[in-house]
Amino acid sequence: MEKAKKSEQLVAAIENGTVIDHIPSDKVFDVVNLLGLTSITTPITIGANLSSHKMGSKGIIKIADRYFSEDECSKLSVIAPNIVLNIIRNYEVAEKKAIPMPDEVRGIVKCCNPMCITNHEPMQTVFRVVDKTNGTLRCRYCGKDIPKDDVKLL
Amino acid sequence: MGTNQKQILKHILSNTDYSMDNSSRSLISLEGLDRNDILGLLRQAATFEAKPDRKILDGKVVATLFFEPSTRTRLSFETAVNRLGGRVIGFSDAATTSSSKGETLKDTIMMVSNYADLIIMRHYLEGAAKYASEISPVPIINAGDGANQHPSQTMLDLYSMLKTQGRLDGLEIFLVGDLKYGRTVHSMLTAMRFFNPTFHFISPEELRMPAEYKEFCRENGIRFTEHSEFNENVISEADIIYMTRVQRERFTDLMEYERVKDSFILRNDMLAGTKPNLRILHPLPRVNEISQDVDSNPKAYYFQQAKNGLFVREALICNALNLL
Ligand SMILES: [Zn+2]
Repeated sequence: MEKAKKSEQLVAAIENGTVIDHIPSDKVFDVVNLLGLTSITTPITIGANLSSHKMGSKGIIKIADRYFSEDECSKLSVIAPNIVLNIIRNYEVAEKKAIPMPDEVRGIVKCCNPMCITNHEPMQTVFRVVDKTNGTLRCRYCGKDIPKDDVKLL
Repeated sequence: MGTNQKQILKHILSNTDYSMDNSSRSLISLEGLDRNDILGLLRQAATFEAKPDRKILDGKVVATLFFEPSTRTRLSFETAVNRLGGRVIGFSDAATTSSSKGETLKDTIMMVSNYADLIIMRHYLEGAAKYASEISPVPIINAGDGANQHPSQTMLDLYSMLKTQGRLDGLEIFLVGDLKYGRTVHSMLTAMRFFNPTFHFISPEELRMPAEYKEFCRENGIRFTEHSEFNENVISEADIIYMTRVQRERFTDLMEYERVKDSFILRNDMLAGTKPNLRILHPLPRVNEISQDVDSNPKAYYFQQAKNGLFVREALICNALNLL
């Protein structure tokens, strides 16, 4: 606990905004891209490879003066189902939100089957979330299942 | 047709209830069909077997778009359209069409749907028919999309079982050969889940039924046993033996292929102790997995099975056009 606290402090505290916690270290920049953080003008601090007793290693992103809708967040669950959003008001955690897995994922993820029509035709991919706890997606077109660890963003 | 066959046909005609969902007329896979849907389509197939030539499609144009060549399937569908009095347009090989010049599937489908009342398509990419059905203003019948689905093949397999056994319920079905990549055996498991079957999976070690399909069987209460030997003792209780090809290119270990290639061949002498109602099915084309000496055995049914494809496809076409 002590150690985790310390690593939190490595990333500057924010007065108001959102802290996205428990991001797998290798997915930090996927989260940046999915939320379009590169085009945000408020201060953002990104921490990666921080030690976490729950995950071993994790990433944190703190975004000042910015809150995210449920819809924006649900995209994140595809790459990292255990992400937690902390809503910060006046330096305090006002609310902790786990991200709900959507029933369907449209246009974010690439099908891993090279013979799938979606990889050859200019069209939107669609996946049904068949296993919400494990984050398994099933392609609407070719029917192949994609385990969470094989999910690749478009 | 023997007297017994006629009786069975009559039985199919009189005993199945028919109901179909009218919301979408495309046929992409059998997954959405329930017991009554399947029996309804088989009953329609039986009406076409009793009277194959009917002018139901008079004035209709049906397109057969074969982005991947398959002469057997295409001829069966086109014969079905012709026997129903419709007209056929289309192509039998994508190399001769604009898709070889880089036209998208969407553009081809939109263009053809201007001319045709129904599109029957085969494509080498998985999910192609599903996507076509979402963009096309006319119904689509999937005549095979890569390794994915081939519903008319499964329906003719089911029709052949129903016709030869007089029932679909409670059959002992032996699937032999390539159970790992065989698309027909996988969709048969799905379609048979309503009919309380017992499956026997007989295959080389490398080509065993994948775990996900065995899981599917457990979830749906389908009994199955696995065998690595194929001999007369194993098949003595069979109602249906469904043979598939064991292909060399499916093996990662060619030594293993050489070792097993002759172990999954059905020979006539293996059939001596089998049940009288046993029938042998095969999706065709056959290479050597069924010896020539089986062909003259009355239990061999694979050529009639292919013929049944015509009646089943007549039913699927009329159903897609909402004409029955
Ligand atoms: Zn796919």
